[in-house]
Amino acid sequence: MSLVGAKVLRKEDPSLLTGRGKFVDDFSPPNTAFAQFVMSDQAHANIISIDVSETLKMPGVLGVWTAADFISFPNLPGGMTDFERPVLAHDRVRWAGEPVAIVVAENRYQAADAVPTVLVEYETLDAVTTVEQATSPSAPMLFETRKSNVLTKVPMLDDLEKHFTKSHDRASLRIVNQRCAVVPIETVGCLADWTIDGLTIWATTQAPHHLRNKLASWLDTPQNLCRVIAPDVGGGFGAKIVWYPEFFVAPLLSKWLRRPVKFMQTRSEAMVQMTHGRDQVHEIEVGFEKNGKINALRMVISQNLGAYGDPTGLGLATLTGWMAAGCYKIPHVSTGFRTVVTNTTPVAAYRGAGRPEATFSIERIIDLVALKTNLDPVKVRQINFIQPNEFPYETHNEAVVYDSGDFPQALDECLRLLDYDAVKAQQAKNLADKNAPLIGVGFSCWLEIAGFGPNGSLEGFGHLASWESAQIRIAPDGSATIFIGSSPHGQGHETFVAQIASDELGIPFERISVIHGDTATVLQGIGTMGSRGVPTVGSAVKVASERLMVRAKKIAAHLLEAAEQDIEVKDNAFNVRGTPGKKVSWSDVGLTSFQPLRLPPELQAGTLEERLFHESPNFSYPSGAYACVVEVNRKTGKVKIQKMVVVDDCGTVINPLLAEGQVHGGVAQGIAQALYEQVCYDPFSGQPITANLIDYLIPSAPDLPNYIAGRITTLCPNNPLGAKGIGESGAVGSPPAVVNAVVNALSSFGVEHIDMPVTPEKVWHAMNGRK
Amino acid sequence: MTVVRIKINGVPQQHDVEDRTLLIHYIRENARLTGAHIGCDTSNCGACTVLLNGKAVKSCTVLAVQAQDEEVTTVEGLSGDFNGLSPVQEGFRQQHGLQCGYCTPGMVMASTALLRENPSPNEDDIRHALEGNICRCTGYEMIVNSVRWAAENGGGK
Amino acid sequence: MIPALFTHVPVTTVKEASDALKHYGDDAKLIAGGHSLLPLMKLRLATPAVLIDIARISDLRGIREDKDKLVVGALTTHEQIENSPLISKYAPLIGAAAKLVGDPQVRNRGTIGGSVAHGDAASDLSVALFAANASFVATGPKGVRKISAVDFFLGFWTTALNQDDVLTEIHIPFAPTPNWSYQKFTIRSQDWAVVSVAVSESNIILGAMGEIPLRAGKCEEAIASGADLEQAANFADEGTSPSSDIRASADYRRHLAKVLVFDALTEAKQRS
Repeated sequence: MSLVGAKVLRKEDPSLLTGRGKFVDDFSPPNTAFAQFVMSDQAHANIISIDVSETLKMPGVLGVWTAADFISFPNLPGGMTDFERPVLAHDRVRWAGEPVAIVVAENRYQAADAVPTVLVEYETLDAVTTVEQATSPSAPMLFETRKSNVLTKVPMLDDLEKHFTKSHDRASLRIVNQRCAVVPIETVGCLADWTIDGLTIWATTQAPHHLRNKLASWLDTPQNLCRVIAPDVGGGFGAKIVWYPEFFVAPLLSKWLRRPVKFMQTRSEAMVQMTHGRDQVHEIEVGFEKNGKINALRMVISQNLGAYGDPTGLGLATLTGWMAAGCYKIPHVSTGFRTVVTNTTPVAAYRGAGRPEATFSIERIIDLVALKTNLDPVKVRQINFIQPNEFPYETHNEAVVYDSGDFPQALDECLRLLDYDAVKAQQAKNLADKNAPLIGVGFSCWLEIAGFGPNGSLEGFGHLASWESAQIRIAPDGSATIFIGSSPHGQGHETFVAQIASDELGIPFERISVIHGDTATVLQGIGTMGSRGVPTVGSAVKVASERLMVRAKKIAAHLLEAAEQDIEVKDNAFNVRGTPGKKVSWSDVGLTSFQPLRLPPELQAGTLEERLFHESPNFSYPSGAYACVVEVNRKTGKVKIQKMVVVDDCGTVINPLLAEGQVHGGVAQGIAQALYEQVCYDPFSGQPITANLIDYLIPSAPDLPNYIAGRITTLCPNNPLGAKGIGESGAVGSPPAVVNAVVNALSSFGVEHIDMPVTPEKVWHAMNGRK
Repeated sequence: MTVVRIKINGVPQQHDVEDRTLLIHYIRENARLTGAHIGCDTSNCGACTVLLNGKAVKSCTVLAVQAQDEEVTTVEGLSGDFNGLSPVQEGFRQQHGLQCGYCTPGMVMASTALLRENPSPNEDDIRHALEGNICRCTGYEMIVNSVRWAAENGGGK
Repeated sequence: MIPALFTHVPVTTVKEASDALKHYGDDAKLIAGGHSLLPLMKLRLATPAVLIDIARISDLRGIREDKDKLVVGALTTHEQIENSPLISKYAPLIGAAAKLVGDPQVRNRGTIGGSVAHGDAASDLSVALFAANASFVATGPKGVRKISAVDFFLGFWTTALNQDDVLTEIHIPFAPTPNWSYQKFTIRSQDWAVVSVAVSESNIILGAMGEIPLRAGKCEEAIASGADLEQAANFADEGTSPSSDIRASADYRRHLAKVLVFDALTEAKQRS
């Protein structure tokens, strides 16, 4: 029975379920000291002085460090020249929450007492929190060496105007894709222990080798003496790819204090120090025909980067521009963007990283076109779809060639699961009954760019390369250990990797272990992000397994005195095709692989080890069709999701449980962005207003619906598994389905658009004809 | 400072701690049971949920000294017939009710408490029983399925 | 996350509590379930030097009938109230409000006394108890006194309890008829009320529409003079001063008050 495609229960679970997981804060070697940042309470200010005299007298305090102590070290890696982020704020703080000093104490209680005694004198400067404020003529410059807060700009140079005027009609829309906080339930932290033998640092990271490479060069220590371990990591969603300052200073503090040093953010610290996501504003213009066919699309993106340009943050607008046309065949597409610094938390990748933003906009535009042409939004999608026989499809950007998909089929399946006619009937019925809630239905036909990526793609985000590594080692008893460069934080890599390997190797699932996260034992790795797990490391494992099997079969053939081509593997043993009873176990083969006297002459001891750095020829393009049915309370404006249909095409599914779990989680975050979440700043002082979980609204179980999940499958032609990846799909596809549904519910009020989060109050205003 | 005695998972603990020590820190750092986790500082997330005298509580919002001479059950104290896992733990495994696992001990304890009080909860009951526990990975449906599985296979043992 | 240092003083009788309050003066606060106080202390918004722990005063637990009222010990938890047959029979409004406080873990620790003594205008129990004409019994240095709900809530996080008072009991008159309702509007399920309304007989009390639970006096008058429910509900925001915050603007709260009063009056009527 093939494990690929089966609902195999996870290897990871027994340990996590019994409280034996090991997250960074669970490690407490003897003598561990606790470090905590002193954060700026000003959004934009010059630092006049830092007085630590009281702090040094506080019980348990081992020391206080400021930027002066790190003057001989570079800025944090990956930033743009002139806009780099210092490890600790130097002479200026640029957002409320930026670390200004470090207090280290014997334990976290004493650190908490000591931190407030650090007295920082500031000269307050004007603060800007939006792109609009930061680009206004009177805006303060965050970086005085540059005369602008715009970091990068790809200007709009197009000739679309003639296509707009030629079209039957045109429409424009300004869309705000609001800033979200990532909020994995585990915050960011690390434990560094720099001894005479070298540095070991446990860190909440999605990319341990990525961190190790930068850390070693930053610390000016060779990589062989710099070990990074990502233990169990409690969610990441992109925010844990980031090179946080604590990862860099903790090793130094450990070295200087000669003891292990731990940082662990409280949630209040995390809300302002963990990178945020989204925060784009789009100005969109579209030209279309009477039948809904779109001729031209222009999308201008403004990306709020926060106070410093994070390496992934800088690339988000590019990805958004790439995916601006979504599933649709639009002859003339033009995109441009600018990225702007503001006095807010730095922005980086957050589940979808630029693609949810693109999808939201194109899907809202489709619905706007439907409104203007008085056509069913389903029809407008269908008439604009790229057809299944048009792949590979070259988009408006040469980096982006969609490889496979069947958008019409996905939408058909979605409509079937939705029972569209019944929903429309209910909608009409409720509209006529003023005691019934208003019903709305919204769609989202989306695709996204994943499986990062082809050579050069991740390098653009500051990574070493774009491959992913796998190393398979067979033990003398024929069991296997697989080391993967991918670094999971909930996705179930140990399980799906073992499934793939088990199918190829014929070794039972239970006799395969998967190891990840430790730079001392795993070959170079890139990390887990961009929905690349199955496409990259899954493919690496499959190919590596196939290659290893060639030699394993050679050994088996030698032991069985049979021809190699007649050897097949099944149930942990190698048989000779057509000769039942003649077999040798994997244990025999494993043992033999280390015994020169028993090996075939062309093989050497240790031959059953295979390593592979799998390169992808292209990105992959998961796609899907989602539909949302909402009930809107006519009096309060509160939105309740009655039905959420999610049809995904992720190509080959390795484990339906894991795939569906990823979709559920992504959709939950998408619904949360659509209805609940928003990072807010005071527009004058720049103070964060939603810096804890009382005010930043992450939904819990009663706030979210069940999900009706469906599937279609078109294979990805670019990897041996045919898999596209699915990790970010839910977050990409769901927000527009929800918002389209609400706008649809309010169509009788003439509402054309509502920005997220669609709060009850916003809906109430919309129903009363106000903005 | 107070000498605080708490029986955790049937094992008497005794530690001399500052009066302000939160129960979650007593459990994690004094008793060295790291299953219960910390996810927030405003009593919203529930990752720290344990049973105090059989009742689900957020141990981040209880002082250790308030639990003087009481009994606490953490996730490490659960066990059952499913290869050592309790029905709730096995339900989460069967129904993929966890991904990163960080919120999981709190979810498991809150679910266990629910099933001990209400052996046959409906979906609404389950979702409301877990309204004080935040998960960022699963979207909750598979957690609800996990609790339902447990209810049908032994309950809150 | 970590409270400032303090000394924990556990007491086992009301007298010990009073003596301790007298001894420590303004440095001390009482703690019962701690679910109003500890969150503030963890953010260092409150830094009492002494916590007098009254949670083990057994006299303050339990619910009993006393002729025409229920006597509820101040240490009774929300969960105990939610599941109490006596409450269900004689004061169902209170049970309905208790059921909506926070989440199950909060309800297992939070107490009725702690909740009302905190003086938050959004407290479900405060609003419901006010509507139910409850009174609050406090023991102070000058003896025992009984404060009616009307006189109990004074201002933002301020009640008629003095620094040296111990709230011991809450008296809830038996609900005369099934004419009651509790309505609570939240954005997320686990949240504090954005606006809440408790109706009991002719009382209509609003939560989170000002610094204290407020009587919707104009609504009550309108009902008494025969207005229909919708007309009456339109007066809901008279005399209120709701705040604007990230959850809702003052205008929206005013609107919600009207909606919830209407819903509450409708439900109460259907129940009777």
